[in-house]
Amino acid sequence: MSVGLGHYLILSAVLFSIGLYGVLAKRNAVVILMCIEIMLNAVNIALVGFSRYVVPLLLTGQIFAMFVIVVAAAEAAVGIAIIIAIYRSRQSVDVNKFDLMKW
Amino acid sequence: MFDILFWILAVVTVGAALAVVILRDIFRAAICLVFLFLTIAGFYVILYADFLAVVQILIYVGAISILIIVAIMLTREVWRGNPSGKLRIPALIVGLLFLGTLVFALISTKWQTSNEPPLEPTTAAIGTSLFGEGGFILPVEITAVLLLAAVLGAIVLIREK
Repeated sequence: MSVGLGHYLILSAVLFSIGLYGVLAKRNAVVILMCIEIMLNAVNIALVGFSRYVVPLLLTGQIFAMFVIVVAAAEAAVGIAIIIAIYRSRQSVDVNKFDLMKW
Repeated sequence: MFDILFWILAVVTVGAALAVVILRDIFRAAICLVFLFLTIAGFYVILYADFLAVVQILIYVGAISILIIVAIMLTREVWRGNPSGKLRIPALIVGLLFLGTLVFALISTKWQTSNEPPLEPTTAAIGTSLFGEGGFILPVEITAVLLLAAVLGAIVLIREK
């Protein structure tokens, strides 16, 4: 059985679920950010797979993937800035200790 | 040929992703993450997305991984390891349920695939559809504003009072 669209979509689903588990379970904020990057990359694989197998001549999926990469870069910059700002005031990156917005 | 490459890359990618969430050493997890970004560039190559593969290596392997490693070094929490919180078992259940639902939906859907051969160099076609007539020019301009806002926001957040 040759590799087709379904294989890429299932691979993307597996990667997304691993990232989801990491985001929900981990306590270190930097690791949570890393898992978010895994999820974004999984979505990109699905988009490029659709682009290759459904509309090979339009490349819409690849353009969407490029916008996702741009947003991921912006998110990583702002996210790490927030983590470092919190680390300065709390001396920790443990999300259990991030209760700044608790009333 | 591409089938064998797909299976090799798939095993390596899933292994690297599992290593990111399982490994105790945060720094090693970050190195596995860089490896995962590289294998995803490999997937783009076998999906005929040559321009995206280069973009992936430039932005993810080149920039975002450096940013993450610098964040790990700046926060000096490597000695604390990579512990899971109290929600480990519920998170595992949610992840597996999500995966099951997704795989069931993907398998039971009949995808309408096209048999046309893919474009070989994609750079010109991507440029035309991004900047050409009736293309994605407005999102590109909004992206510029988004990046500017993100850079300014990061500087403002990190500035000493």
